[in-house]
Amino acid sequence: MNIVVCIKRTPDTETRIRLGEDGVSIDPSGVKFTMSPYDEFALEAALQLKESRGDGEVALLSLGGEKTQETLRQGLAMGADRAVLLQGDPGADGLATAKVLAAELKEMDASLILFGMKGADMDQQQVGPMAATILGLPCATAVSEFQVEGEIATCHREVEGGLEVLELDLPAVITMTKGKVEPRYASLKGIMAAKRKPLETKAAQGAETRLMVKELAYPPERPAGRIVGEGPDAVTELVRLLREEAKAL
Amino acid sequence: MADVLAVVEQRDGKLRGVSREGVTAAVGLGEKLGGSVHALLLGPPGISQAASELGRFGAEKSLLGEADLLSDYHPHRYAVAVTEAVKSGGYEAVVFGATAQGKDLAPRVAAMLDVPLASDVTGYDVVDGTVTAVRPVFSGKAFATVAFSASPVLLSIRPNVFQAREREAPGTVEAFAPQGLDSGSQGVRIKEFQASGGESKDVAEASIVVTGGRGMKGPENWEVLEDLREALGSDAALGASRAVVDAGWRPHGEQVGQTGKTVAPKLYIALGISGAIQHLAGMRTAQTIVAVNKDASAPIFQVADYGIVGDVLEIVPRLAQEVRKLKAGD
Ligand SMILES: Cc1cc2nc3c(=O)[nH]c(=O)nc-3n(C[C@H](O)[C@H](O)[C@H](O)COP(=O)(O)OP(=O)(O)OC[C@H]3O[C@@H](n4cnc5c(N)ncnc54)[C@H](O)[C@@H]3O)c2cc1C
Ligand SMILES: Nc1ncnc2c1ncn2[C@@H]1O[C@H](COP(=O)(O)O)[C@@H](O)[C@H]1O
Repeated sequence: MNIVVCIKRTPDTETRIRLGEDGVSIDPSGVKFTMSPYDEFALEAALQLKESRGDGEVALLSLGGEKTQETLRQGLAMGADRAVLLQGDPGADGLATAKVLAAELKEMDASLILFGMKGADMDQQQVGPMAATILGLPCATAVSEFQVEGEIATCHREVEGGLEVLELDLPAVITMTKGKVEPRYASLKGIMAAKRKPLETKAAQGAETRLMVKELAYPPERPAGRIVGEGPDAVTELVRLLREEAKAL
Repeated sequence: MADVLAVVEQRDGKLRGVSREGVTAAVGLGEKLGGSVHALLLGPPGISQAASELGRFGAEKSLLGEADLLSDYHPHRYAVAVTEAVKSGGYEAVVFGATAQGKDLAPRVAAMLDVPLASDVTGYDVVDGTVTAVRPVFSGKAFATVAFSASPVLLSIRPNVFQAREREAPGTVEAFAPQGLDSGSQGVRIKEFQASGGESKDVAEASIVVTGGRGMKGPENWEVLEDLREALGSDAALGASRAVVDAGWRPHGEQVGQTGKTVAPKLYIALGISGAIQHLAGMRTAQTIVAVNKDASAPIFQVADYGIVGDVLEIVPRLAQEVRKLKAGD
């Protein structure tokens, strides 16, 4: 079975974000970039599926700049077989990104296409289901685990108040959230092997951007908090403040 | 025409809280665009009661799509129905709730309409006829203002951010019968729903969230958290840090943060949580944050409005007791 995993290069979640001078993007200097955490869950699920079936291939697909090659190598080192980089700028318009990815996915002809539930940069949570809709494929989002049997993927999807179980006919699209599996680390052997794995680079077929970042700002400052006191005796005062000052109770 | 459509949600025939907020947000947008506000409610036959409530929040007309084919949320059928309603009404803007359902549905509708979507929005404006939306990015480390150059404008709003407001006008309810509904499964079959049990609200929807971290020491101590949640009432829900979820003390559905849920409650109570950046990612837009931690230098105190330094296991029972006292006095 052939699986494609769409991955995005995003700032490491530990990174402090500084705004760039242009006022619409972050200053990339000193920022550590890596594979978006949800994409790691997707890749791990793909690798486990391939290993359990003992056949097929896991391909990676990303739209991004030159440096995205590093992120794709990271995925190859984890165990993916090959990678495709569509060189271009993934902006704030998720639909434009979905169109670019969908055009390539059509060519790649996979039985299963995995996405992260959301990218750790623009937090849009939309590219996967958009690409699926464009491709006319069944899609489940926010899936914590799934099994494939025959031509059907059974997905566990997290919704408010519980778990939804749904079945998708393959080929299908799944967007992954955190489940029980931890993404693996690349082994030294994996890192060496990744250097020789195919990484194809092509120019992205541009789609029109119709949602643009006008301004990027720091979050509104939270007014300085205070320590109400120490130990259980501070609770009375806390509850009073919550009622009278914060009006939260 | 510059009308606005709020796509709302029900469960078991009851409107979801975010639906009222969605109509209120649509009213604000409608005022700026100079158009009327309509609402669209889909579900099984017999939910007209929920639709009639929408008028009270400012929907002049509520479209009610009751059909057996719409009984359960089916992503494709719902997307087809919403797309049809948007097209036939010629709306200038469409507001969804950024709930599990809304986050699944809105991108599909956007793709069907071939327009972009701004998700998880916390504010909006109309400047020279162009709609702009404010949304947290980089897990809340920054806020982006995005501008649309497409019509209709699609937004999903973050729950608990826009405060629902009642209005005088009652509004009308009109039947909506989508033409394009197909009884085929479109390759997607909903098999079952496993409720996570208990009466408590989901952490993403609750207006009060009580979250336990590793400082709670073990799953057996969740009894005291449960007691505090109960004291706080039916709008309160339990959350957990990732450390707690990874240790198997609590289910992932309760996890708050980067790889869990994003919450924006009125009151967030962090108990025995250090305040790692990935945890803050999920809760920093809460209105009021309370932290209890035995370590006075824990980073959580930097975002907390009120803090108590001390042992959670001593403080939580006392807190439950004081809250009950307060409520009894009301
Ligand atoms: C990619 C990525 C994604 C992540 N996603 C998430 C996420 O979604 N959500 C999340 O929460 N984390 C996430 N994390 C993990 C995060 O970095 C922290 O490890 C985690 O939040 C720590 O949980 P904690 O605060 O419960 O535990 P700890 O960091 O161990 O903190 C426990 C705290 O309890 C205090 N304490 C101990 N005993 C007591 C007592 N008796 N009374 C009072 N206080 C006490 C201690 O002083 C300490 O501050 C993520 C990490 C990564 C790398
Ligand atoms: N530029 C991109 N290249 C490859 N995959 C992407 C890109 N942008 C988004 N994705 C995929 O879509 C998912 C959701 O992203 P988003 O909708 O931006 O939150 C990500 O986890 C990736 O799997």
